[in-house]
Amino acid sequence: MDLKEISLAVQKGKRKDVKALVEQALSEGMEVQDILDNGLISAMNVVGEDFKNNKIYVPEMLMSARAMTAGVDILSPLMSQSGVKAIGTVVIGTVKGDLHDIGKNLVAMMMRGKGITVYDVGTDAPPERFIEKAKEVNADIICLSALLTTTMPAITDVLDALKADGSREKYYVMIGGAPVTQAFADQVGADAYTADAATAAEVAESYLSNK
Amino acid sequence: MGIEFTKLAYDSIDDFVYGVAKKPVTCKNGMVIGGGTLYPEVNFTLPAMNATEETLPEAKRIYKEIIDGVLKKAHELHAEGLVIEFETLPQYTEHPEWGIEIHKILRDTMYEYENKYGLKSVIRMTPNDLREMNRPPIMRHGEYWDTMVKVFEQTAKDGADILAVESTGGKEINDEAIVNADIRTSVFALGCLGARDMKWLWTNISQIAKENGAIAGGDSSCGFANTSMVLAEQGFIPKVYAATMRAMVTPRALVAIENGAVGPSKDCAYENVYLKAITGTPIALEGKTAACAHFSPIGNIAAYAADLWSNESVQQVKLLSGFAPVVSTEQLIYDCRLMNKAAEKGHRNLMRDLLIESDAYLDPQAYILKPDVVFEISKEIVKTQDPFTRTLNTGKLALEILQRGVDKGELKMDERELGWLDRLRDQLDDIPEDEEEFIAEMNDEIEEGKYRPEEYGL
Repeated sequence: MDLKEISLAVQKGKRKDVKALVEQALSEGMEVQDILDNGLISAMNVVGEDFKNNKIYVPEMLMSARAMTAGVDILSPLMSQSGVKAIGTVVIGTVKGDLHDIGKNLVAMMMRGKGITVYDVGTDAPPERFIEKAKEVNADIICLSALLTTTMPAITDVLDALKADGSREKYYVMIGGAPVTQAFADQVGADAYTADAATAAEVAESYLSNK
Repeated sequence: MGIEFTKLAYDSIDDFVYGVAKKPVTCKNGMVIGGGTLYPEVNFTLPAMNATEETLPEAKRIYKEIIDGVLKKAHELHAEGLVIEFETLPQYTEHPEWGIEIHKILRDTMYEYENKYGLKSVIRMTPNDLREMNRPPIMRHGEYWDTMVKVFEQTAKDGADILAVESTGGKEINDEAIVNADIRTSVFALGCLGARDMKWLWTNISQIAKENGAIAGGDSSCGFANTSMVLAEQGFIPKVYAATMRAMVTPRALVAIENGAVGPSKDCAYENVYLKAITGTPIALEGKTAACAHFSPIGNIAAYAADLWSNESVQQVKLLSGFAPVVSTEQLIYDCRLMNKAAEKGHRNLMRDLLIESDAYLDPQAYILKPDVVFEISKEIVKTQDPFTRTLNTGKLALEILQRGVDKGELKMDERELGWLDRLRDQLDDIPEDEEEFIAEMNDEIEEGKYRPEEYGL
């Protein structure tokens, strides 16, 4: 079979078709890495481009992401035995005192679409929740979201906690949210600030591929 | 249910204008909202800083600096009156004594200006709805409910004129629905959960207001319709979903007025035009002068039936001319001054029509606010009394009206939006007419533990 079939099914958000096609590809002896890269992730790259070019909206992208996940779920048990390594791992959450989660969820969704493993620690998350999860899953990146001027300083609390823990250098820390700026990121010593979800996913992908 | 609305408060669109409401509200100092004059409503927040016990003295200093600046500007510009909204930060509701203390600073300063300069002002107290801090939210009891009640009660005792809230009942379900443009789930969140919460919440707030001499103002569907609007603005979700949501939040919002709220409803509730059409209560609104807080495609049209004209919120940062809240105050006062002068000269309807026409056909979210559309949908809403049926029927009619606007060639809509009209219609057509059947279906579809049915009386 042609992996383009899987890619097209993902692009159209056809979850059942993706599952059937991935199983068919495996039964035909195709490599896990090949199916992942050229069937699933390549499809999400097309979807990401369509979104960036204002051809589709997030709901369509989410349908594709769910279809991709259906395929990845089949491949996951086979990945380690096939020597396939995940692109990287992200821990994401909204900082203490802040309940906003839509922006954070969009970032997580777009990162998953890039093949990145994402662990979401939710909203109103204290620094220790980020650190514990990052250690538990051996994360590469920690993403911090804040939507209020008065919760933005809680980003600094997480960075301070990482320093106090001695693990600041272990993680690439990305920050975002309505009141957050590049100047703030520079001031508090975050590794990256991104203004929107799509750029956040691109920056994470770029960092992980160059790591 | 308290009051039942079975027909519109207005017989003619010609009477549906800014500054005048069928049921004006008189405040303790004699200011009448909806009595002929459009007043500015100013809201503000702290700059980037922690909101903790340690920073409370600094926060108090900043709030005092803000209110002095705002009132001084209002006095200098001969404002006929103004409303100040104090919307607490989550931390200032969680620690109610902090919010209460800051309210007192604002309220006392407003009394000073009124006594010294005759500047009439009233304060709208809006505690942050903390109930969603519990996940899934606990809506009817517990520490977060208690702190909200404490803020309402004590600030009302301390002189808060109007009580308001941006309530969150059903939001725990709707947040995910928004990013999926899942209007079926939104009907459940608004018509089944949100409406039940509003009845509970506003019965309580109205009682607090009554016992403490305050006005039960109103609510906002900010976390539903405005979140949709902002995500549509960013190109994340279809504008037709956001426009349909705007109309569809009305039945939920109406429950507040059925259960004791008398207006003015909250500024960010663009659905307020529907509420005013149905109930005749005065409303606050915001548009171009709220661009300091968020962008919108309805900068002018939002003003056409407003009784208070707001900036939504602005942080205390220095601009070239002065601090941002003072800048906002000046802008709002000039907006109101122009609109009030037009009314005085007999041009209220002309001014209203200019505000409408300048936006109405450029975006479905503006189109859905046109007065003829508002009246058509409002008439559909009052045909039935149960919020679920109202919400479902409102969604269907809103989509029909948007389609009609496109077919007539008067509503501008991007190509990628058009397909969504059908998709959303299909979703609504799949919803059973019987609420119990629908709730059972949704309980099967929604992830277990996402919400607590008992908190909604289910």
